[in-house]
Amino acid sequence: MLEKIDYPDDLIRKILRETRTIAMVGSSANWNRPSYFAMKYLQRKGYRVIPVNPKEAGGEILGETVYAALKDIPEQIDMVDIFRNSEAAGAVTDEAIEIGAKAVWMQLEVRNDEAAARAEAAGLTVIMNRCPKIEFGRLSGEIGWMGIDTGVISSKRKQRI
Amino acid sequence: MTDRPDNTFGFETLAVHAGAQPDPVTGSRATPIHQTTSYVFDDVDHAASLFNLQVFGNIYTRLTNPTVSVLEQRMAGLEGGRGALAAASGHAAQLLIFHVLMQAGDHFIASNQLYGGSLTQFGQSFAKMGWEVTTVDATEPANFSTALRPNTKAIFIENLANPSGIVIDTEAVAAIAHGAGIPLIVDSTLATPYLNKPFEWGADVIVHSLTKFLGGHGNSLGGVLIESGNFDWSAGGRFPTLTEPQPSYHGLRFFETFGDMALAVAARALSLRDLGPALSPMNAFLILTGIETLPLRMERHCANALVVAEFLESHPKVAWVSYAGLKSSPYHDLARKYLPRGAGAILTFGVTGGYEAGIAVVEGVELFSHLANIGDTRSLILHPASTTHRQLGPEAATAAGAGPDVIRLSVGIETVDDLIRDLDQALARV
Repeated sequence: MLEKIDYPDDLIRKILRETRTIAMVGSSANWNRPSYFAMKYLQRKGYRVIPVNPKEAGGEILGETVYAALKDIPEQIDMVDIFRNSEAAGAVTDEAIEIGAKAVWMQLEVRNDEAAARAEAAGLTVIMNRCPKIEFGRLSGEIGWMGIDTGVISSKRKQRI
Repeated sequence: MTDRPDNTFGFETLAVHAGAQPDPVTGSRATPIHQTTSYVFDDVDHAASLFNLQVFGNIYTRLTNPTVSVLEQRMAGLEGGRGALAAASGHAAQLLIFHVLMQAGDHFIASNQLYGGSLTQFGQSFAKMGWEVTTVDATEPANFSTALRPNTKAIFIENLANPSGIVIDTEAVAAIAHGAGIPLIVDSTLATPYLNKPFEWGADVIVHSLTKFLGGHGNSLGGVLIESGNFDWSAGGRFPTLTEPQPSYHGLRFFETFGDMALAVAARALSLRDLGPALSPMNAFLILTGIETLPLRMERHCANALVVAEFLESHPKVAWVSYAGLKSSPYHDLARKYLPRGAGAILTFGVTGGYEAGIAVVEGVELFSHLANIGDTRSLILHPASTTHRQLGPEAATAAGAGPDVIRLSVGIETVDDLIRDLDQALARV
């Protein structure tokens, strides 16, 4: 397992609050794949999630058209969520920079420090080796229903995230 | 970057707050008791997503309950773990852990210095499921290496053994487990996270009887398992329940999907679902209330226990005292390393005159309660050979620190002079 990278909660909160449209690279139409779980969850939380997968291009996943590549998507993308291996994440990150995404998010067990440096130099925010579903669930407290420690201590009523 | 710089709190703060934010709808500050079996779905798709584990939420209290989940988060927070799963008792929590890790025909190694009920559970009931245990003397960690087999799936110890006052070298045993690619499971019931945090010494899974010091008031049974999040369950293919497609979730692989919380999620979604020992929300509430004062109580428990142990050691009718907090204990150095805030509140001693003299003391006390529990605010006394360790037989009972002359005390938080006066008058009857 990759060593966990520490990111401040406020940084993750900011990304999740400011993002509206997510491109999910490596989406799967197979309902028991982790990417399908994450897409379904994020849709329920109000995000538009656009799947990217050349093998499924032209098809549909969870009501959204699948595109072959990031540059084919005719919408403004706020965040690119990468369900590919660490090496492949390099080229995907470069495409994310090209299409003007504001954030690049590499999933659990995905880390590419060189690509992250390129993205950060271009002004993007980068999160690696995390899952936006798990982070949303953690900061909203929902993941606590599964007995998972959120690390959040507060005397205020729970907020959305 | 530091780890959650705005969100790092001390142990006493976590004991009061971890997992318990005010209710978002009502503003309730104390944790509400969600005394319900079931939870409404928004629509059919929401129900399907919940059953598929694709969204977080509540279905049925055998799986999750919002009161119980506050307790789970609090325990994960206090131990520094990733996630936790509460169960109806400590025994139930142990069953859930092994149900995930073991297949029929698998093997694990346990310390023979364990609570007698655990030795019986492992040796007899687990054997009926085809899970084989080898018990070894854990005071010599190398014994675990010798007992390793290709199908060994875990090592299990009590870091502070009940009732013998023995401290096990957790760090050394963890190194042996990790060398073999298997997890170390630590029952930390007697220590509580206030005295020792096993994850800091290499443990991968912690189990507690919440019935004892955590609940602390002798009013509720409960147990919990906690996962560190640091063990790679995929290495070596030893744990197919976590890495192979699960038919009841249409081929879901738990480690791939849930990563560093795979054990905690699988123990809930597979083992608790199918075996059923869920914790009641009322018990979770009572235990949570107890945990809020754990640091204060443990300070007093340990201080009283040391005074009682020193009194007994100097008493002419007491043959020996086993308490790792005493300088005379062979485990004193290990206690200083692993339990610097105190060696707990459980101690054993033998009365000169053996079995009959021991019975006279147990029956002669008037403030200590003669019963089979530990970790109550009240002081408790027991003769293990005739009760908790009775089912083991004399040899195993002696190995577990429960020979015929042994008396066990769980020292409470009363005025310590009153405890000493009570023991003194009972010893005078011998």
